[in-house]
Amino acid sequence: MTRKWRGAVVPVTLLVLAEIYCFATNLESDSLARPSDIAVAAVQALLDGEILRSTAQTLWAAAAGLGIGFTIGLSVGVLLGLFAIFNDLMEFSIEAFRPIPSVALIPVAMLLLGFGYGMEISIVAFATTWPILILTRAAISGIEPRLIEVARALRFGLFARIWKIVLPAALPRIFVALRLAIGVALVVAVTVEISSNPLGLGYAMMSAQQSLHPDLMFALLFWTGLVGWAVNAGLLQLQRRFFGPAAAVEVLP
Amino acid sequence: MTAIVKNLQPRPPASSNLISFQGVDLELAGRPILEGIDLAIRPGEFLCVVGPSGCGKTSLLRLIAGLFLPTRGQVHYDGKLVTGPSRELAIVFQDYGKALLPWRTVAGNVSLALEAMHVPRSERANRIASLLAKVGLTHHAEKFPNQLSGGMQQRLQIARCLAQEPKVLLMDEPFGALDAITRQTLQDELLRIVADSGATAFFVTHDLEEAIYLGDRVIAMKANPGRVTETFEVDLPRPRDQLSTPELPEFLRLRRALFDFIKDAEA
Repeated sequence: MTRKWRGAVVPVTLLVLAEIYCFATNLESDSLARPSDIAVAAVQALLDGEILRSTAQTLWAAAAGLGIGFTIGLSVGVLLGLFAIFNDLMEFSIEAFRPIPSVALIPVAMLLLGFGYGMEISIVAFATTWPILILTRAAISGIEPRLIEVARALRFGLFARIWKIVLPAALPRIFVALRLAIGVALVVAVTVEISSNPLGLGYAMMSAQQSLHPDLMFALLFWTGLVGWAVNAGLLQLQRRFFGPAAAVEVLP
Repeated sequence: MTAIVKNLQPRPPASSNLISFQGVDLELAGRPILEGIDLAIRPGEFLCVVGPSGCGKTSLLRLIAGLFLPTRGQVHYDGKLVTGPSRELAIVFQDYGKALLPWRTVAGNVSLALEAMHVPRSERANRIASLLAKVGLTHHAEKFPNQLSGGMQQRLQIARCLAQEPKVLLMDEPFGALDAITRQTLQDELLRIVADSGATAFFVTHDLEEAIYLGDRVIAMKANPGRVTETFEVDLPRPRDQLSTPELPEFLRLRRALFDFIKDAEA
């Protein structure tokens, strides 16, 4: 039980040291803030609902973009993994578009869609499509060929083959792709907000910085980290729950 | 039933062949795999195939299954040209671990074949129970394949094939990876199942004694390119017995003949 808390030693020590340093030097700064001030700013922002509103905005944009990216990436990835002809047709286009950094699309998206959810969601969708697509394709071409033969021998149609064999066989790896893409979605959403879009946690951080409130800025930064951690922890929980039985099977007598 | 009747009657005329190869060549990626295959399999027959590795035994099986199509010549099943897989023919793969769905339970794996056969959901549970009883897996229905021993996994694969109610069982060295005792038990279970269902069996093996013990007929192949070079009629009484059948003079004669053949084929 005590082992669990060992991980807390380093961050707590650092916070205490930072507090002592600020107290000793009597810190007055537009760019740094005392840990205690950051905590106060965090509580205030939580109480007046600002943090929660920004969080909801960021999460909504990230989730909507991810939903689109996941749907496109999964369906195209399945097609590419199943049919060599699609792969041959698409290979060049994919490799041409994929290396475009998603944030480089901000000017284009801004021009086409203006500020707001639309542009943020479409950039997140672009950014998350690729990891899902590439990993789904790899997951499907990595399926045991014998299973595909079993499906052929039983004369399943395309839909039944995908539903009963291909997707379940690729699911654990697709879920890993999803976890990866969720990380990408959060990073890209916050980046878009910081660089241009007047929404969410990224924008809140930028306004705090520009209005010379480093305490609020750091409070938002830590909060953003916390949100990312919580999302990942939730996903790990889900993964254990859905793929747990298969993994736990081996330890049963 | 059919198996017993067959032993009493003379061989059916050639026109009643269930599976026939006519001048079949098979090339894969430009390499000749099989050449000049002419072969007829009678309904209800238990045909075993032996030969050195790389002689195309498995390719022969896959041609019947419709997983390969001949480069030249024709394969007919039940009077019709084979153009793809059919659910009337079930395949038991050697690598049972790879052929089972690891995310489905034992019952779920059997259910897969029933789903393919469009058996209504309400009937599946009963069918699954009777199939699992047939292969002795009744008490393992809710386990996952990786909780089963190799022998049990192969039983499960056989149960899934039987769920297709196949007219032909195509088996590719199904017991090759099992220990001797399990193999003997499964051989006898297979003979019983085949006799009960009247199915035709096409059994690939590298174990000569297994081929004689199971088969009505053993065909022997040579490699480079793969071709059928000899046929041995197995005139041994059924039901066969693990202890007494291998002691019969005819068994020993066939064993010697096949052994000489293989030694020659591998030379």
